[in-house]
Amino acid sequence: MQFGIFSVGDVTMDPTTGRTPTERERIKAIMAIALNAEEVGLDVFATGEHHNPPFVPSSPTTMLGWIAARTERIGLSTATTLITTNDPVKIAEDYAMLQHLADGRVDLMMGRGNTGPVYPWFGKDIRDGIELAVENYALLHRLWREDIVNWQGKHRTPLQSFTSTPRPLDGVPPFVWHGSIRSPQIAEQAAYYGDGFFHNNIFWPMQHTKQMVRLYRQRFEHYGHGRADQAIVGLGGQVFMRKNSQDAVREFRPYFDNAPVYGHGPSLEEFTAQTPLTVGSPQQVIDRTLTFRDHVGDYQRQLFLMDHAGLPLKTVLEQLDILGEEVVPVLREEFAKNRPADVPDAPTHASLVAAAGGGRDATVHAEDDVTGRTAEVVR
Amino acid sequence: MSSRRIAVLTAGLSQPSSTRMLADQLADATRRELEARGQVAEVTVLDLRDRAHDVVNSMLTGFPSEQLQEALDTVAGADALIAVTPIFSASYSGLFKSFIDVLPRESLVDKPVVIAATAGTARHSLALEHALRPLFAYLRAVVVPTSVFAATEDFGGSERSHLAQRIDRAAGELAGEVVRREPASVADPFELSESFEQLLNRTH
Repeated sequence: MQFGIFSVGDVTMDPTTGRTPTERERIKAIMAIALNAEEVGLDVFATGEHHNPPFVPSSPTTMLGWIAARTERIGLSTATTLITTNDPVKIAEDYAMLQHLADGRVDLMMGRGNTGPVYPWFGKDIRDGIELAVENYALLHRLWREDIVNWQGKHRTPLQSFTSTPRPLDGVPPFVWHGSIRSPQIAEQAAYYGDGFFHNNIFWPMQHTKQMVRLYRQRFEHYGHGRADQAIVGLGGQVFMRKNSQDAVREFRPYFDNAPVYGHGPSLEEFTAQTPLTVGSPQQVIDRTLTFRDHVGDYQRQLFLMDHAGLPLKTVLEQLDILGEEVVPVLREEFAKNRPADVPDAPTHASLVAAAGGGRDATVHAEDDVTGRTAEVVR
Repeated sequence: MSSRRIAVLTAGLSQPSSTRMLADQLADATRRELEARGQVAEVTVLDLRDRAHDVVNSMLTGFPSEQLQEALDTVAGADALIAVTPIFSASYSGLFKSFIDVLPRESLVDKPVVIAATAGTARHSLALEHALRPLFAYLRAVVVPTSVFAATEDFGGSERSHLAQRIDRAAGELAGEVVRREPASVADPFELSESFEQLLNRTH
């Protein structure tokens, strides 16, 4: 099972000091957090993608490329990549490039985004959200698997004899997760392709998460990718820890009370009861996280939201230390217990290469422009 | 005798509340009218005062608490709705409207509804026709022709019998709409309306 963190990338005032970091400070802090995530032994760092203040990560592959160059082992992912407003051609190119530079340590999570005004900034209409997610992903899926693509759809100009470069590393596209909170169509999409399904349950009751995951699992089996319990499931989580749980509550409360999204709404106690948010000792976080499996079955990826709501970098790094040193090792051990041997781990580049019968160089060589022969003719 | 579910929404704030009293009288009358038509009424009263914080929290977080979810399910799954609000500033109360705002869309489609209201004086009575009726029409509910307004004088003075008549008439109309319909069924939010192939083909 994989454990990691996902960053939303909000630039938020620290309510205890009244100070808001600059964009540069926040960007550098996110990078420091990512490097620390590898140091404390986490498996995944994922960044959000946003195109409006107070969020800063508008250019995920630039960020992930920087992290890739300074890390050795950690998997790099997104939470989420906007499959609706990004051109699927550019996603295909950007993430294949990242895959090469990161030696395969890359996967993606597709999402529609929840900010209405973003759509028109990129020439789209939010009312087409599901349709864009379906059409764009169908194209992206082909661009990574077919060297030459002829394509026509509703939401993008047609492609004729198009080759997306670079071709995926070893001829194996990055693994894709589809994230959705409440759209059954997206669970269906993930199941259709046999891709992963990530439920970012941090703002939602577990009962809801359970039903979405069950739908995905049933449909995964329906489409013949394996048994329902072999489907690839990821969950979100949100924690704040101190040795003594009272200290954790006291320290986190001002950040909770003023947080974007849920601040000035329910109390910390209500929100903790209703959602997976856990504020307390490392043992409480362990106990709570282990209950997730009771709701969704054995799953493959657990990501925690750790750096948000104006928490200072120093605090976040301390949180990562606790997560990596005290929490995740116990979770690894406990989640491994009673886990059927034929329930797979989350796919990695190595496992996908192995499943493909080995890697191959997928380079598409252009023919010389003297003869005018194209790659298509040669094939 | 088959059983029909009646949800009662009451947005009174004080305790005891005249809005709640009116709601209870409408519920009792509806029960009698259904029994006269060979049906047993299962009445669930939703006092919005008890769910006020949950309603606001749901607006802020985007998801209902477990208790609020139960209330929303009760409304969506009911065969009829009795909706009673105090009139504040010439309209339904903000809490009443907020609850309506967090109801999932389609919850009230084709649902028989009695609208009723309370206020200090009878001068507010047409708020039912100018505010509540269009609200429920927009939600595609079936609002029965008789709406019930009760001012302070209706609960104390000699006007009492007129109020009782209106309550009975509205309850009779509601019961009539209920028995004409199949028991309410609730759409599964996780059900897909089209296959993925259909969704894929839609864009080609």
